[in-house]
Amino acid sequence: MAVTTTPKLDARKLREDFPIFEQVVHDHPLAYLDTAASAQKPRAVLNAMTRFYETSYANIHRGVYDLGERATEAYEGAREKARAFVNAGSTREVVFTHNVTAALNLVAYGWGLDNLGPGDVVVVTEMEHHSNFVPWQYIAGRTGAEFAVVPVDENGELQLDELETIAVRGNIKVVACVHVSNSLGTVNPVERLIAWGHEQGAIVVVDGAQAVPHRAVDVQALGADFYAFTGHKMCAPTGIGVLWGRADHLESMSPFELGGHMIRKVTVERTTWNELPHKFEAGTAPIAEAVGLGAAIDYLDAIGLDAIEQHERDLLDYALPRLEGIDGLRIFGPPADRRAGIVSFEVEGAHPHDVAQILDWEGVAVRAGHHCNQPLMAKLGVPATSRASFYLYTVTEEIDRLVAGIEKARKVFS
Amino acid sequence: MSSEFDSLYREVILDHYKNPRGHGVIEGADVEAEGQNPLCGDEVSIFVSFDGDLIEDVKFRGRGCAISQASTSMLMEMVKGRTAEEVAAMSRDELLDEVGIPLTPVRLKCALLGLGVLKLALHKGKGTPLPEEWAGLAQDLELK
Repeated sequence: MAVTTTPKLDARKLREDFPIFEQVVHDHPLAYLDTAASAQKPRAVLNAMTRFYETSYANIHRGVYDLGERATEAYEGAREKARAFVNAGSTREVVFTHNVTAALNLVAYGWGLDNLGPGDVVVVTEMEHHSNFVPWQYIAGRTGAEFAVVPVDENGELQLDELETIAVRGNIKVVACVHVSNSLGTVNPVERLIAWGHEQGAIVVVDGAQAVPHRAVDVQALGADFYAFTGHKMCAPTGIGVLWGRADHLESMSPFELGGHMIRKVTVERTTWNELPHKFEAGTAPIAEAVGLGAAIDYLDAIGLDAIEQHERDLLDYALPRLEGIDGLRIFGPPADRRAGIVSFEVEGAHPHDVAQILDWEGVAVRAGHHCNQPLMAKLGVPATSRASFYLYTVTEEIDRLVAGIEKARKVFS
Repeated sequence: MSSEFDSLYREVILDHYKNPRGHGVIEGADVEAEGQNPLCGDEVSIFVSFDGDLIEDVKFRGRGCAISQASTSMLMEMVKGRTAEEVAAMSRDELLDEVGIPLTPVRLKCALLGLGVLKLALHKGKGTPLPEEWAGLAQDLELK
């Protein structure tokens, strides 16, 4: 009989991998509760990039010399790691971009400009990050397509019963949906949106920025058409992201950025495009950043995505009742079973900026603002929220300090 | 609590935040302007009535952090009865001296939001210039 064990990680031990936690902020040890904005970097990633620069760096896909070949191997090796990480069928479907915003602009421009027009409808959700909202709103406007929004209820969950009324507005061509909401932590039923989108004959474009770092994602099992994620939220450096796209779409699409490397042959008369995925990687790539992403994937794989997800679930179970116990605190978003390790809240009488400032003096870093979710903030009736978010290195003491800091803010503004 | 804390959220700031002066709307105002700080979602609208060149009455409404709302409240007290021209030429330091707290670059934008919106209102109402120092910031604040 197989023995099933709950995967566990030791956050206290893992923190030692992160040099940033060796400092004090305003005389307190750093409590970093802003991973949803960007994750901290372990030594393994920093060292891999330094080692690469010191021993193997050159431009890629060009030089026939040894160094250039090693650099190319490292870059393409990172692509294979990214492929395996989300179980893509082929590295041809794994396009390196600078971040999720760049990946989604690639789809909006590359697919949208050629395939949208009057009578078509682009559907996004009300909780989209601006990166999966604004490009579609803009491209819909440019092409004469209609722009429709799946509303969010008071729990911060999608009102999927509204899909029926949206369906009659025209030819549904694009459904753009965030997998996990960056401001509310809502884990969306993307499978249902993918199924609905495909019934309508639409492509489905998923923003996985807050999902891939925190839970095992299998793009083939999900079955969307495009899925984007970014390195810097998963312990890798900034400047490297991934767009997974179905090969048939990527093949038929126009390129987005044009220039070096993405070409096959250039003449005065015409230019033909490089094979996938290079057709979408114009110019010198973020080479060392890709190497850093590869190292981050190795680091996360060694810990295990299931263990990370479980750890964040435990933290949420610890945090929610303690936060709910604070008088005058309003928590946004769904119950714990449909929520990732993200908690947005409002302290009665105190603006989120002031709350974040007071927390900062306690060494607690949280994000305050609209989280690039202005339509969602308007729906919730607030200009901004404070947001705490967790990761593999988060420990319960940090949550205790968050709670104590909020109590302090309440006293100041009561 | 740290001294930084005591100085930033000193009593006068909290007092202006909790009991803002000149808060409200002027019905039939000669001019109104609004502005946002897209960084944090602070919003301020300012209403001005003139008596000749004088700012006869000025009120604001808005929502935002303690620094943006308190500094706008202080500004209302500072400018009433002065000429539009004089206020349009008012330096940011004059307001910041009154606010009297150390501000990081991010919070500086909060503290100066109200002054930017007021100068915009005066520009709309009296054609006073938007000083050059505001030209770049005006865009940041999405003044309209």
